[in-house]
Amino acid sequence: MKSLRIFGAVLLWCICTLAHAQLTIDITTSAGKQIPVAIVPFGNEDATQSVTPVISADLARTGLFRLVPATGIAPPPTEPSEVNFADWTARNAEALVIGSLRPAPGGQVDVRFRLFDVARQTQLASFSYLVQPTQLRATAHRIADEIYEKLTGDKGVFSTRIAYVIKRGSRYELQVADADGANAQTVLASGQSIISPKWSPDGTRLAYVSFESEKATVVVQNLATGERRTVANFFGNNSAPAWSPDGKQLAVTLTKDGTSQIYIIPATGGTPRRITESAAIDTEADWAADGSFIAFISDRSGGPQIYRAPASGGQPQRLSFEGNYNVTPKVSPDGRSIAYVQRDDGKFRIALLDIASGQSTVLSDGPLDESPSFAPNGRVILYESTTGGRGSLAAVSVDGRVKQRLTAASGDVRDPAWGPFVK
Amino acid sequence: MNKTYRIVPALAAALLLAACGSTPKTDAPAPVTETPKATAPTAPTATTPPSTTTPSRVSLVEPQPGGVLSGRSVFFDYDSNVVKPEGQTLVQAHAKFMMENPTSRISLEGNTDERGSREYNLALGQRRADAVKQIMTVVGVPAARIETVSFGEEKPKAPGHDESAWSQNRRADIVYKK
Repeated sequence: MKSLRIFGAVLLWCICTLAHAQLTIDITTSAGKQIPVAIVPFGNEDATQSVTPVISADLARTGLFRLVPATGIAPPPTEPSEVNFADWTARNAEALVIGSLRPAPGGQVDVRFRLFDVARQTQLASFSYLVQPTQLRATAHRIADEIYEKLTGDKGVFSTRIAYVIKRGSRYELQVADADGANAQTVLASGQSIISPKWSPDGTRLAYVSFESEKATVVVQNLATGERRTVANFFGNNSAPAWSPDGKQLAVTLTKDGTSQIYIIPATGGTPRRITESAAIDTEADWAADGSFIAFISDRSGGPQIYRAPASGGQPQRLSFEGNYNVTPKVSPDGRSIAYVQRDDGKFRIALLDIASGQSTVLSDGPLDESPSFAPNGRVILYESTTGGRGSLAAVSVDGRVKQRLTAASGDVRDPAWGPFVK
Repeated sequence: MNKTYRIVPALAAALLLAACGSTPKTDAPAPVTETPKATAPTAPTATTPPSTTTPSRVSLVEPQPGGVLSGRSVFFDYDSNVVKPEGQTLVQAHAKFMMENPTSRISLEGNTDERGSREYNLALGQRRADAVKQIMTVVGVPAARIETVSFGEEKPKAPGHDESAWSQNRRADIVYKK
């Protein structure tokens, strides 16, 4: 399995996608080598209760796995004692997944799963989940996360959620969906624009910019209760919220003192503390996960460029030097790189800046790509890609090798934000 | 293999807890429909209400239709907040009107085309509105009678996705308060 791990380390990748009712996915590029995995339909699955289809779809969408046909073996193994490794070696499977669903007291389902290394004939993982039938889909995502982590060495993001805005005509909807696009729910509908949704670090709240009062204000909405609180409604514009790692503060852009500058406010609202001091536009703050710095953009040197500064304020350090338009910095979960949007020859593309070396890599094709958002495992960047005036979501692995486009049946999809790992 | 299997029941118990505990309460987010703030069901709490002068509601004045003052939009070049000569003429005319009509009050609404960062565009729109305000205050209009806001790329005037539409959307609108 070591070889698999190394392979995974090279191609680390995982993607949420938006299939299902709202969005469908199309893998536009695929990684060179894929890990062949056989997923045997779990014992006792039927039309109403199953996990195998979701597990298979999760893994297939990443572009990192090839699903080996797993039918035609009688009886299909559901227990380790029933596994004949020769069957799977013959099918060139490197990994094998088996499992079963069993009725349990209280209407629950006992979901058992095992993952094997076929070549070594060893078990890599074995878990049992006692769940309500309504949790089977979530359980399938957890199993896919487990398989992904064992085979690639990275945490899976199949159990995470995403938020995005859909514009239909003059109606805007802020939606939250599972990482595979299932269970999309509208958490806010408005006749005015909604922009810049950002997940709180614990995944319980969304901060966003609302225009409902005919100007930009920052709102925090509790997803469980629907409670909304306007946390920044100062004179002028209030925008660009960014959560502190502890979820207690927000960096916001305010124009109350003149030009757009960055301030920190309590996440429940309160007195702003200014942290940038320039006569230019300073906006689009993003907090490093360890709290050590805030990345932002400033056009103090002419066009907008990426800077970083201590969250306590202090001397900013310019990070981007190529081109004259570099915007929307997002700090990677490990704090080592910054995804951003660069404009070159009129085209807007997603790029990745390695902070230590200063080297940038362009990851997307443009021509109108914006709003990058890291998956919580740092392996994929979700972004908005506009063609013909209509936005859709797209995703690219941080190594640029796997690209996906996610299309809504209708509407203009924009401003994606990938939520945190589920605790 | 058997050894591993015996661990399963213990793991099952642990995972049962984990599974239950991890089921986010937010699985079924409470839907919210945005309504005008006066009737919002959960009245948003503004932390600091704007403390600028409250307009006395007396006979605010707006130019009559016709003539140069019918023009209410100042257009900008890409990436620019420089008011061009034709815009200068329009802004000067409105400034003159405001000087002659001391009860007139305006809002300057900055806008951008759809390209690039929404948040940077919001800031750029503000800068455009501020550029127009600057000209008016130099003429002598009291700054307190001019409010500047930005809608960035959120309120395009022209719906298209080419330069002819974009050039209509890079603008600051002069809106007389009523």
